[in-house]
Parts: sequence; structure tokens; C-alpha cells
Amino acid sequence: MGGPIASIVSAGISKFGVREGLYTRELFTEAARDAFDQCPNLDPKRDIQALFVGMMSDSYEHQAHVAPLFLDWIGLTPSPAFRTEGACASSSVALRTALFAIASKMYDVVLVGGVEKMTHVSTTGVTEILAMASDFPFEQWQGISFPGIFGMMAVDHMHKYGTTEEQLAKVAVKNHEHGALNPKAHFQKLITVDDVLKSAQVAWPLKLYDCCPRSDGASCLVLTSPEMARKFTDTPVNIIGTGHAQDTLSLFDRENFSSMRVTRIASEQAYKQANVTAKDIDVAELHDCFTIAEIIAYEDLGFCERGKGGILVEEGATHLGGRIPTNTSGGLKAKGHPVGATGAAQACEIYLQLTNQAERRQVSGAEVGLTENVGGSASTGIVHVYKRGD
Amino acid sequence: MQKTSGSLTPHEEEKGRFVKDQTGAILPTVENFYTFCAQRKLMAIKCRQCKAIIWPPRGICPKCLGTQSDWIELKGKGKLLTFTVIHFPPSQFQAIAPYAVGIVKLEEGPQLPGMIKQVKLSELKIGMELQADFETHIPKEWPRWPRYFFKPAD
Repeated sequence: MGGPIASIVSAGISKFGVREGLYTRELFTEAARDAFDQCPNLDPKRDIQALFVGMMSDSYEHQAHVAPLFLDWIGLTPSPAFRTEGACASSSVALRTALFAIASKMYDVVLVGGVEKMTHVSTTGVTEILAMASDFPFEQWQGISFPGIFGMMAVDHMHKYGTTEEQLAKVAVKNHEHGALNPKAHFQKLITVDDVLKSAQVAWPLKLYDCCPRSDGASCLVLTSPEMARKFTDTPVNIIGTGHAQDTLSLFDRENFSSMRVTRIASEQAYKQANVTAKDIDVAELHDCFTIAEIIAYEDLGFCERGKGGILVEEGATHLGGRIPTNTSGGLKAKGHPVGATGAAQACEIYLQLTNQAERRQVSGAEVGLTENVGGSASTGIVHVYKRGD
Repeated sequence: MQKTSGSLTPHEEEKGRFVKDQTGAILPTVENFYTFCAQRKLMAIKCRQCKAIIWPPRGICPKCLGTQSDWIELKGKGKLLTFTVIHFPPSQFQAIAPYAVGIVKLEEGPQLPGMIKQVKLSELKIGMELQADFETHIPKEWPRWPRYFFKPAD
């Protein structure tokens, strides 16, 4: 396998969900404190040289220029802070940027995170803010929402491969089962296929329970050079592969609506650098903003053949205990999707899994993990491969 | 063919609020696309270098990176590639929900997203023949973009 690019030595995550009265600065502080508390050998003021933080929208809180704000609130001024935006992949962009910083040897200890505060805004308001990540004059102007974009992907997938609404529902059911095992998840309750099928239509064939919720939350990682990792922990998790691609901002201009080119390219890059194949992955966090997105991700990542994603979930292969458990955290669907926090939160879950700290949702013996995070209609796609430090 | 570099016909000067370059050419922009829509014309651009028909109009051809193009009018006829029915819309569309949107592949090649009107939602089908039409309403404030939409072909 490939050598380490950088090492995660600690991970922190806030409780995800409806966090009434707490804003991004406080949620981010909660995640950062969690990461600091887990790493007693870290002196943040002395050791952390920079912050890389992802957040999608300034509209929720009427607050821009958040990089210095978050840095200030965790007491790390005057270190430099970088804010990245890639819609739902904002903090995966932050993580990848931080990898460049480490690999360039500019820094050797940095903080990477993400945050979003959404639940104080109405569902309609959130729909409109999220829609800003699609093309305004041609998608938003035509009344196309994000569920609408993924609804069109789902219709294409069903038409081409015979994927069923029941198979979509099984992704949601699985991720709720996993979320119920994660005390930080937004939803802790189990749902049935029937619950999904009978839930309100949002953008046919996607129903309410095919869609991730709006959530509040933050996530944080302490990332170091591989050489520095042992100073902070005996059990680092190494990032051994990274990939990143962009597609058209809009869905309409693509050759294929039932595959995500960015995920195919980013995973090829990450697998190649890590010198692994899909078969080597023991546990994965995937971008299930809508159930169809997880099914498409299975195929684009090579977890199954093209068109067989619905069958893969139906067979239980991606369930805890299955061949390739996905979204053990509950995924965006049950853990929640505070947009900017999601990418780094996926990395947090893989860190917990590969350090054997995932408690009731632990994948036994997991050594190699993967995260797949997409922004917008898969206009941004980022894949990382992780390996337990030897 | 209306060149993106070249002079306007009197007819267009009269009706249009086109954004032009110093030579008077209608620039290949979003705003100009919608100004054509106000004239009930669905327009794309054709790259002079690789001859690709590009929509939405833009200054650099995404296929060959050519920068010279001409406006061409699309017939607006095409087939539905995929669709969805939006039940939970952004606020400005709440009055008309549920409504259908889809992606239509036009005969000339471009794939356009748009609302599909004048069809029963239960009768929407991939592959159905559609025809573009235009709303007559032009908003008074930005964005002053009259919408195109699709309806079943005659």
C-alpha cells in the first residue's frame, strides 16, 4: 500500500441535530474541544500552525469571514486560517487543502474542520440556500431544487437499471439502523421500508425519508505530518490516497445522469495513490444526501458493478456485518448533514473505526477506510483512503 | 445566423436590450440568452472553430476552447432524457407545486433543463417528444428573465 501523506492524530465531533441557541462558532468550538480533549499530548496554542475550515453558506447566520472568527473562538490567533467552500463537500476541500500544506512541509500540525448551522432557518429557507449551489439562471430559475436534481438522477437510474423505490428506501433504513448506534447522530430512531415509501413526496421518486435532514453540527481533525504523528498518539490513522475532480456545475450538461464522473475520477486517483482497490476497503463513509446518491456511489467506487447498487444494499452487503459496511455513522441521512461539517465528519468516523473506538458500530478488524463526499449535483467530488497506522 | 461579432439588424436593435461589445456584437451571455427569449427565440451559440453547438452561451467553447462563435436559433424540439416531479419547491414556486421538471435533448444536440407544462404528471415518460415555448411575463426587477419551458410536441 501507498505511504502516508499525512496522519490524523485526533478527531472531534459535536453532537449533530437541532442545536437550538448554538451558532457556528460555538458548534465549531465544541468539535475542536472534543479533538483537543482526546489528544492530551497536544498543546493547541503551541502545536497547531494553521486552521483549514469548510463552511458552505454565509446566509444562515448572516456571517461571512468565518475563518478568523472560528480561529479566535478556539484561542489560536494569530495563526493563519483558511476557509474553503465546495457546497456539501466544503470540509473535504479543507482536508485536501490541508494535505497540500502538510505535503509541502509548510506546516506539520494543522487543524481541519467544518461546520454549518441550519435548523433555525425554515425548511423552505434551507432549500433555497442549498439551491444556491446549483446554477441560478438555468436550474434555480426553472424551479429545480436539490431534491429535484437527485430525483432526476434517480429516475434515470431506475429507467436504465430497474432500480426500485424499495431499494432506495433500504439505504435509508440501513443508515437509520447505523445512526441508532451513534450517540452523536441527529436521528437515533429506526425506520422501516414502509415508513420511507409512505413518507411525503419531495421530488418523485424521492420522498421525505429518502432525503437527509437539515442539521446543526461541526467536526474537527488534528492532522500532522507522518513524522510528527507519534509525538501525539500511538494510534494514528494515515491518509494514504486522495483524489478530487470537478464536473459541470449543472446536471443537464452531462453525458450520464446515473453516474458521478467526479467520484469515478477521484476514486481512481485515490486508489492509485494508496495502491489499493475497492476490494481492500473495510469500511466507507459515503455521501448519502439522498438515498440514490449512496447507490450511485457504490457503483462509481467499484463496490459493485454498474447498475447493481440497488441489489448491493438489498443483499445487506453494506450493512454492519456485511462485506463492505457503509455509513456506519448513520451517514448524512441519520447522523445528519450540517453541510460544511460533513466531509471532515466522514473522516472522523473513519478515524474512530480504524482506531477501534466506534463502540457498538465498530467494524471488527477494520484497517483500510474510505470517504466519498460530493458537492452540489456532484460538481465537486473528493475521495480519501485511510489506513490504520502500523 | 446572427454573428456574436457583427452588427445587429434594425429589428433586433428595436426590441432588444442586448449587451454588446465595442463592435456592436451581441455577446454570448446569460442575459442576452434571456433577451432573445423575450423575442420568443431559443438561442445557442455555434463555435466557429469546432462547430459544436454550445448551450448555455459563453465566451469560451468548452469542447475546443475556441473564442469565436455565432448565435444560432434552436428549433426547440427534443426528447425528454429524465425528469422529476417537485412537490416541495423553493418558495417562489409554491403556488404551482407539484410541477414537473426535466432535461430535454434538443434535435441540434444541446441538453436543456426546464419545466414541463401542459402534461398530466402521470403521463410523463422518458423519451417523450417535447417542444419549447415561452412565458410572456418579464419581471420588472433583476433578474428580468422570461422563462422558456417545455410542453408536449404537437
